[in-house]
Amino acid sequence: MNDHATNRGESPGGVMAILRSHGSDLTLAALTVAVFVTMSLLNPGKFLTTANFESMAFQFPELALLSLAMLLAMLSGGIDLSVVAVANLCGILAAMILTGELSGGEPLGGTASSLVLAVVVAVGCGACCGSLNGLLISRLEVSPILATLGTMQIFTGAGLVLTSGRAVHGFPESFLVLGNGSPWGVPIPFVFFAAAAALVWLLSSRTSLGIHMRLLGTNPTAALFSGIRVNRVLFRTYLITGILAAVTGLLMIARTNSAKADYGSSYLLQAILVAVLGGVNPAGGFGHVRGVCVAVLALQFLSSGFAMLHLSTFARGFIWGVFLLLFMVMNQISNRRLNQ
Amino acid sequence: MKQMRKLVQTHEFVLFILVVLLCVAMGMKNPLFWSLGNVFDLLKSSVTLGLLALGVLVILISGDIDISFPAIAAFSMYVTCLIAQATGLGDHIAILFGMAAATGGLLGVFNAVFIHFFRLPALIVTLGTASLIRGGLLAFVGTRIITDLPESMVTFSRAQLFRQQLPGGETIGLAGSIFILVGVALLVQFLLKHTLLGRGIYALGGAPEAARRAGFNIRRIRFFIFALVGCLAGVVGIIHASNMRNANPFDLSGLELTVIAAVVVGGADITGGKGTVIGTLLGTLLLVIIGNSLILMGLPSQWHKVAVGAIIIVSAGMVAWRRRLGRNSGSGK
Repeated sequence: MNDHATNRGESPGGVMAILRSHGSDLTLAALTVAVFVTMSLLNPGKFLTTANFESMAFQFPELALLSLAMLLAMLSGGIDLSVVAVANLCGILAAMILTGELSGGEPLGGTASSLVLAVVVAVGCGACCGSLNGLLISRLEVSPILATLGTMQIFTGAGLVLTSGRAVHGFPESFLVLGNGSPWGVPIPFVFFAAAAALVWLLSSRTSLGIHMRLLGTNPTAALFSGIRVNRVLFRTYLITGILAAVTGLLMIARTNSAKADYGSSYLLQAILVAVLGGVNPAGGFGHVRGVCVAVLALQFLSSGFAMLHLSTFARGFIWGVFLLLFMVMNQISNRRLNQ
Repeated sequence: MKQMRKLVQTHEFVLFILVVLLCVAMGMKNPLFWSLGNVFDLLKSSVTLGLLALGVLVILISGDIDISFPAIAAFSMYVTCLIAQATGLGDHIAILFGMAAATGGLLGVFNAVFIHFFRLPALIVTLGTASLIRGGLLAFVGTRIITDLPESMVTFSRAQLFRQQLPGGETIGLAGSIFILVGVALLVQFLLKHTLLGRGIYALGGAPEAARRAGFNIRRIRFFIFALVGCLAGVVGIIHASNMRNANPFDLSGLELTVIAAVVVGGADITGGKGTVIGTLLGTLLLVIIGNSLILMGLPSQWHKVAVGAIIIVSAGMVAWRRRLGRNSGSGK
């Protein structure tokens, strides 16, 4: 099952090597441009507008952060199905602090201390959720699928219990800036995205933790016997995905001015789709931040384009499913050809 | 004596004790729990969950996973009811079951094509097909709830055993669909323990490469198990629609987690090669009872999600812990 991943080592020189390392990047870039052009043609006068680009720049960072989390989990050979649930739970906690529901009714208003408290609690909650996943997967050796499937239910359920299923809304202006402000013309969510992408890139390509994740994802047994502290690497991986999800949660509630336990349920499929489209191998060990960044743009173009075409959520669900299968098959075929 | 000790140590025995304890506790807390009506209700709810759990059991034993079966069940149910409505076919319930099972089986084969020929991870493939099937159903087939079901389905849902009249005038009885669950459970048990195909499923889950070299036809096994889950999902769709007296294409979503929880509680291991029919049935019973108890205790339905999640994690943790114990104690068991 893993033979494709292991054969894809960096072999020296030649056109094939360039194709091998950049072939999928070129395909992806071409695809993104194609999507862009198609959507511009299908939505004349609507897609190619500043307003649309502005709204896309505020929207895509949420999906991008979730996809970066998925990238890290997949690099280590696992998957994190709980990201959206963690984002919602952290968002709800922050929301309840901001509206004063946790502190017994008195709205804290827009004081700096309440903002800081909300952010700290949200990120702390993300770290706790991530740690729970990490402990289950590393110490208890529960498979990532089952562990995160279970915690996904628990976190969503906890959010539902906290809010009794309704939406928490009405946050102070000073917090909403986080999701809607754009000082000097740069949307704040975009800044978060850029920072997260840079950090995840540094982490995954320039630190020993990142290298260990890749090795672990490529061949867990070999990683263990080469002295990598597997438990520690796994724990940290899921800790980081939890924190990324928490930041996503903050961005989501700041942009929409409301927090709900079952918000953004289609984000999970989309985050996996972005990762797969971006060339991440779901079996582990292979994937790049640049691929994910381009893929998330392609998906945002599609998403905004579909919304303009008034496609129903059902039709979009159908299309996401088709694309996910299609891209996985395409990746697999091109990998096989290159490996021969 | 030795056999006795072996029995006591099995996962199934522990689970059985747990189910009994839970029943006793619930009975003490709320005497309504032991009323014949509630017991019949519990068994009736176990049918759909149990049938799906048996399918997922086979998948988990083979080392794969499927989360598309609720979408398959909804699709098969809706399409079958549409066809029955349009053509008038379906004066016999068996025809409806056949059509739904065939639809589900085909969709299962669709999953297997991606998983086997393209060697893609089953989780992501079935995540994709679930979205595709459900989205396709709602976008292109219909969103209208079908209320005028064929007469045979209504008759089927009314079939009851041990029917009796309560003093209050209410009649209760054991749903006839329980026979389907018992029959399928026996079939799966026979398949797993007494056929070459069944041994192949365990072998595939234990060590795929070894199974291939031992001469098992991996392709046939994979296609068979995914088609089996699809067929069972189709059957469940018809039972569900009969019970509800309507076919709602939005129904049956989110069921995958409860089903997977039931199978994992039953001792199946997602890394493959482990799991029994009796464990799965006990796991199903446990989940149905817990769901029922939460309602009887008056807890809001939000807690149900938390409970299912916690069950998945605790039991998966226990299974993993046993696996590690087994490994550390050497080649013993």
